[in-house]
Formats: sequence, C-alpha cells, structure tokens
Amino acid sequence: MFAGPLEYFHNPIEVYFCMIVKSEKKKIGKMACNSATCQSGCYGDEHSVDEDDQKRPPVQEDGVSAGGGNFNCDGLCIKCKVNETIAATHPAVSEGGGDRGRFCADCFRSNLFGKFRFAVTSNAMISSSDNVLVAFSGGPSSRVALQFVHEMQQKAQKNFEASRDRLLPVFGVGVAYIDESTIYPVSSHDYDGAINQMKLIVASLAPPAKQFFVVPTQSIYSHDSTDGKDRLTELFGAVSDITGKEDLQVHLRMLSLQKVALENGYTKVVMGTCTSQIACHVLEATVKGQGFSLAADIQYVDARWKIPVVLPLRDCLSEELNMCCILDSLKTVEAFQRPRSGINGLISSFVKLLQEENPSRESTIVRTAGKLTPFCFNRIPEVGDNNGCLATKRRQKKYNLKPSESLPPESYCLICNNPLKKPNGTSSNHFHDGRASSEIYASTCSSCQYQILPKDPTLLENFFLLLPQSMTTLAKDSRDNHKLLRDQIQDCLLSDSDDGA
Amino acid sequence: MASEVVDATAAKPRGGRFCTVCNDRRPALKRPKTLEQICKECFYAVFEDEIHRVIVDNHLFKPGERIAIGASGGKDSTVLAYVLSELNIRHGYGLDLFLLSIDEGITGYRDDSLETVKRNEIQYGLPLKVVSYKELYGWTMDEIVKLIGLKNNCTFCGVFRRQALDRGAALLKVDKLVTGHNADDIAETVLLNILRGDIARLSRCTSITTGEDGPIPRCKPFKYTYEKEIVMYAYFKRLDYFSTECIYSPNAYRGFAREFIKDLERIRPRAILDIIKSGEDFRISTSTKMPEQGNCERCGYISSQKWCKACVLLEGLNRGLPKLGIGRTRGLNNESNKDMKETNGTKGLQSKQCGTLDF
Repeated sequence: MFAGPLEYFHNPIEVYFCMIVKSEKKKIGKMACNSATCQSGCYGDEHSVDEDDQKRPPVQEDGVSAGGGNFNCDGLCIKCKVNETIAATHPAVSEGGGDRGRFCADCFRSNLFGKFRFAVTSNAMISSSDNVLVAFSGGPSSRVALQFVHEMQQKAQKNFEASRDRLLPVFGVGVAYIDESTIYPVSSHDYDGAINQMKLIVASLAPPAKQFFVVPTQSIYSHDSTDGKDRLTELFGAVSDITGKEDLQVHLRMLSLQKVALENGYTKVVMGTCTSQIACHVLEATVKGQGFSLAADIQYVDARWKIPVVLPLRDCLSEELNMCCILDSLKTVEAFQRPRSGINGLISSFVKLLQEENPSRESTIVRTAGKLTPFCFNRIPEVGDNNGCLATKRRQKKYNLKPSESLPPESYCLICNNPLKKPNGTSSNHFHDGRASSEIYASTCSSCQYQILPKDPTLLENFFLLLPQSMTTLAKDSRDNHKLLRDQIQDCLLSDSDDGA
Repeated sequence: MASEVVDATAAKPRGGRFCTVCNDRRPALKRPKTLEQICKECFYAVFEDEIHRVIVDNHLFKPGERIAIGASGGKDSTVLAYVLSELNIRHGYGLDLFLLSIDEGITGYRDDSLETVKRNEIQYGLPLKVVSYKELYGWTMDEIVKLIGLKNNCTFCGVFRRQALDRGAALLKVDKLVTGHNADDIAETVLLNILRGDIARLSRCTSITTGEDGPIPRCKPFKYTYEKEIVMYAYFKRLDYFSTECIYSPNAYRGFAREFIKDLERIRPRAILDIIKSGEDFRISTSTKMPEQGNCERCGYISSQKWCKACVLLEGLNRGLPKLGIGRTRGLNNESNKDMKETNGTKGLQSKQCGTLDF
C-alpha cells in the first residue's frame, strides 16, 4: 500500500516519516468528528491533533491529501469546498477550535446534527410513539439538544402530513427545567427573568407546541411544597462535603426529572450531556472510587430509571455546542450556571487544561471509558411484539443494540442509584449500634457513604428520613430484577394485579 | 473529610491533645492517608501493619521463597527494603531477601545512588547484586545520551531497565521481584491509561502481582501505601536514601497527571485509594485484546513482537539509527500488524517516565 510514495525516498528515516503521516492522517480523520461511528465522512486537519511536532516532516509530498489539496489557504470549507469557513465568515467567533478553520457554518452544523441524529437512530432513542421530555438547564448543551429534538420533530411532522396513510404518529416533546433555587438561592429578579427567557425559548420552538415545566427540586417530596422545602434544606445542611453536596444535587435532579416525566406521561428523558461533560464524569467517577458503576453512566441509553434517559449529544464536544449556539444565535440562559466546586471543580479545570493541550483528549477519555462493559439497562428495553406498531419497529436502525449477556445487577445504591458491586458489601466502617443504620450503609455505594452520608451513625437515621421517599423505596424492592422476570412471563399473565410491584 | 479531623480533635480537651490511636502520647504528625493526628510510634505501627496486611491478604509470598527487592537507593525502595526485612523477621515470613540494583551508567546520579544501596546492603544485612547496562547491552546511558541527545533517552532507559531487572533476578535465582511502586504511582498510571485510551493496560495496571505467567513475577507491596507516608517514614526513621533526580530527566518534566494527583490528595486524601479501587473495579471484558506473549527471536526475552523492544532499540544504537523503535514506527517488526506502543505520543502527559523503578 505504500508502494507509490516509497519510491521517492531513499533514506529509510524518510520512509518512516511518510508512514507516520499516513497513520496519523487516518487517525485524525476519525477524530475530527470525535466518534468512531460518525459517517459524515469529514476530513481531518493535521494541524489540530499533532502531539509530537518534532517528528513532523514537510507535509506536501505525501500522496494522501492530494484530493483535498492545501485546503485552508483559500479559506474554503473542506467539505463542500464552496463556502467560506467559519473563521472567514464569523471572524469574531473564537470558540470551536479546529472546526472554525475547516468547515463553513452550514457544513459544521449539518455535521453536528448528523452526530445527534446518528446517536438517536442507531440507539433507537426516539420512536414515533414516544413522548419525549427534554431536560433544559438553559446552558448551551441542553439548548442544542432542545433545538435538535425540535428539528427532528418538525421533520417528522412534515413527513406525517405528507404521508398518505399517516401510520407514523409524530413523537411529542416537552421541556423541563429543574429549579434548584432552594438548594442554591438566586435573587428573585434573576430568577423571574431567567424563567421568562426560557418560556420564550420554548414558545419560539413551535409548532408543534411544547409544554414547559418548571419543577422545583422539592417536588420530589410528595407532601406539600413548604414542608418539602424545609426537608430539602435540612438534607443539604446535613451533607458536609461540598463535592458530596453537588453530587447529591445531581441525583435529586434526576429524581425530579423522572417524577415530572412519569406524572405527565413522557416515555423518554433527553439530556444534553456532551462529550466534555462525560469526560469529566469519567474522571470524577474514577477519583471517587466508582469504577464499577462508571460504565452505567456514560452510555447513550440509561434505562435503569422508570423513564429511560437518553444522551443524544454524547459525541459532541462542548465547544462545538457553544459554537452552534453562536452560529444559530440560539439564546442560552446563564443565570443559573454555577461553577463546579471541590473534586468536581478540580477535575473540570484539569480536563479543560488537557483539552487545550490536545483537542482530542476529551474524546479519548470518553472512548476509553466507552470500552468498559456496559450494564444490561444501557439500552432501550425491548417492547413485546404484540405491542407497538410494526411500522415503527421497521424504521428503527438498531445496530448498536446487542443482546445483553450480563444479568442485571442485584442491587443499587440508595442515593445515587448506581449498581453496587457486591450486594451488602462489607463497608470499611463498622457500626456497633442499631440495625437500621447498618442497613442504610449496606445499601449505599462507598462513594455516597463517604461524601454524602453523615459520619456519625446516630445521625444516619435522621438523614434517612430526610431523603425523598422515592429514593428510599427504590432500594427496597429490587425492582429491575423483578421487572425483568415479569417481562419474560408477561404474555402468560392474566391481570396486572397479582404482581405485587 | 473535614469532619473527621474535627471529630478527632474535639474528642480530647483543648490544649492536651493526644494521639488518636494510643490515646497516650502526644501526636507528632498528621497521617497523610487519614489526617488522623498520631504519634511517631503509632505511625510506624500502622504503616508497617498495613503493609503486612497487604502482603498477607494478597498472598504475596510463600515461606522459603527467594525475593529480590528492586533497589535504586531512592526513598521507595529503601523503605521497602527496610520494612520488608523488619516484617520478615517480625512475622516470620521465612523469606530470603536480596537487593537488586541496576547500574544505568549515569555519572553523577547512579554512581552516587549505588553508594546508598551499598550502605543499605550493610545496614540491613541484605546481599546486593548490581547489574549494569554496560555488561548487558554494551552501552551506558551516558554513551546513549551522547549519541541521541536528551530526547527519547528515557525510552531507552525504561526499556532496558525492565529487562535488566528480570535478568538480574534470574541471576539471583529468585522466585519474585518486589518493586517500590506506591499508591500514588498506581493512581497516576490508572489516570494516564484513561487519558491515553489504553484499555488493556488499564485492566492490568492495578494488579498487585504481574507477570505470573512469566519467569519472574513482580509484586508491589506498597500498592496502597501513600508516597507521602513513605517519605514521612524514611524521614522519622532517618533512613539512608538518595533523593537526587536523574540528571537526564529534567525536573520540570513531571507531568501534570502527577500534579493533579497531588491536588486531589490535598482536597481529599482518600482520592488516591479511590482511584486504585476504581481501577480494580472497572468492568473490562476479558475478551479485550491482549498482546500475545512470545519470545524475542534474538535474545529469548518475552516479547509480543518478533524482536523485543530492547533488541530493536539496541539494533538501532549499534547501527547508528537511534530513532529505530521510537515513536510510531513499526521498525523491524513491520511484518506484523500489531501496533507497537506509542512511547512518544503522550509526551506532555507522561511523568515519572524516568522514575527510579520501572513497571
């Protein structure tokens, strides 16, 4: 395969350089879209991912780039080769890294949307019968997620109207913002302004109209909201570690999303989590000793919840999403964005540094963690053949769905809902007193034990009472196990009443 | 983390604080791993006891085994030699301990540190074997650096040392080789393997014993021992060790993975142990491709390629093509498709490449 260029070199070192260029090119070509699964055929820019400059030979004599030529001299997009690159058309845009000088705005955008659409279709994230709830924080990632879901819905709507038989219904979309002002208060002026902005954003995405929910975190308590507010404040007051506080907030956010989705008949929760955030999460989980459960959190689909959670932006970098917001002038709401703190803050700045040093680092981290074995709930649960229309099934491309070999984990952490490695694993802390507290300990992961649960065993029971009921009952029934068994015998069951769930 | 400290100090009346372990003596130090304030005697006791537990729980040694301690003269290996010989006597492991040093031939560095090891030989009464690059490969590091300069020299040194340790261990006819890798080193390796996407190494790097299928297994009794505690132990025990950095690996070359670990440790000391725990718990399917182990056609050393890395590098040196085998080349093994490890790819990230011992 190297026959051509080899003839031009006499010195073996040069030959070896030539090989480097080729192999790097191949690698870079893949990285340009940060996903091994990307099919958009994008080209790479050899200036972006170069780790060892000292070995780089003069580029021009390698045969590979012959088709592309020296593309950036003329400032044209390397994909369509017609329009000017973003760097030329939007000189003020400083974000976006290498993509600025490579793509025109249109190609950049369609590339990004392509990644989103590919993630959605190949993982069967959204089917036409679905009712999708987009978790919207106001930040750029979830803003793009919302936009893309909206565009997909619009297309489906058009197709629906155009089709004769109207067999495929259009999936529904709702938007939820989780209001965490009880945990981290914001001024009422800022709050009202931000909520209004969000309402406007959602209203602008019509038709089809989307319902917008503002869900206070305390809604996870089933009682009236003032009581919930107090309990929530007390709960957070009982957590001393700042990282633990932040993580608890994330767990409660998921509970709130689940609750609003369940109560309003949504069938999927869409999160805007992007590569950069996942890269941070990979290191965070590693540093917190959650290596076992890490694989559960970073897949396209996380169906350990009652309403499956999907991450269609898993292959998009935050800088790409920021750029998309700028190019499309998508409004974001910054009032609620808080810098991360403690361990999470340290990791965020570390990953940022790594990414600046090498623009493919975040993707590499996610790819490494992606090689860990996922859990059986990391795919959309199959619906029985008798139910769900065949037309939908036919249209789904499920290449990523391998039958799961692994059995469901036996137990989950009471607090973070992560699978536990050993049920009732022996914790390093020994408690001499009451059974209740040791039971709580046994049903939490070591990370939550350390950073969220109170150290003093006498406080443990009170802490347990402060937790929302949805959390504490989750752990009690080994629900997934049960549900899985039930699904297998579903067709033989006569009524729903006798399952005891 | 903070609350533990508060608990520990609040338990005792102000002004008269005592060691949280023995409750008897004045605390002399804050234990890096737990932040407990304890006295020197209790520190020695917990430090040694933890290592003893690791050795027992992981069945690292069997009675009657001959064990070589990879000794560079640095803090880790000096403390390891000292603690192992103490524990061997105290708990009756029944081990024959030896010191094994590699002389890379670096004037102004290794010659001095070898003097330290020679003193340790006498102090701890452990027989010492020194194996030199010169006798094994015909080159000293000084000569190699003279030829290739300060770039990539650590690649040579690392590859050669790994093999030299095995050859030295074979000469000593030992059953196992122990190295002084500490918890910080292992946590750092876990992170680096994540950052560079090396899933095969990620699955291996936390095992306490490696190379069990090879001729001489290696193990790391300090797997859970914090670097800071090792320094503290050496300091309080006034152990004789050598602390100069290698003259060919500039000081600034400590990668930011190391720095990051230190930052984490400052916020949350247990993070180091948690990283190791994560590394042990990662769900990596056993079908993950591992390089097939074979033997080098030239020297017989274990190798996944036709020639072992040391032979490739050596061939380059002897033929005056020192770049051979460095970086993304397929070098002499180009018939096989397997990627050779990209030693150079992660320059900015790598640290302790030139550490006193080798993985």
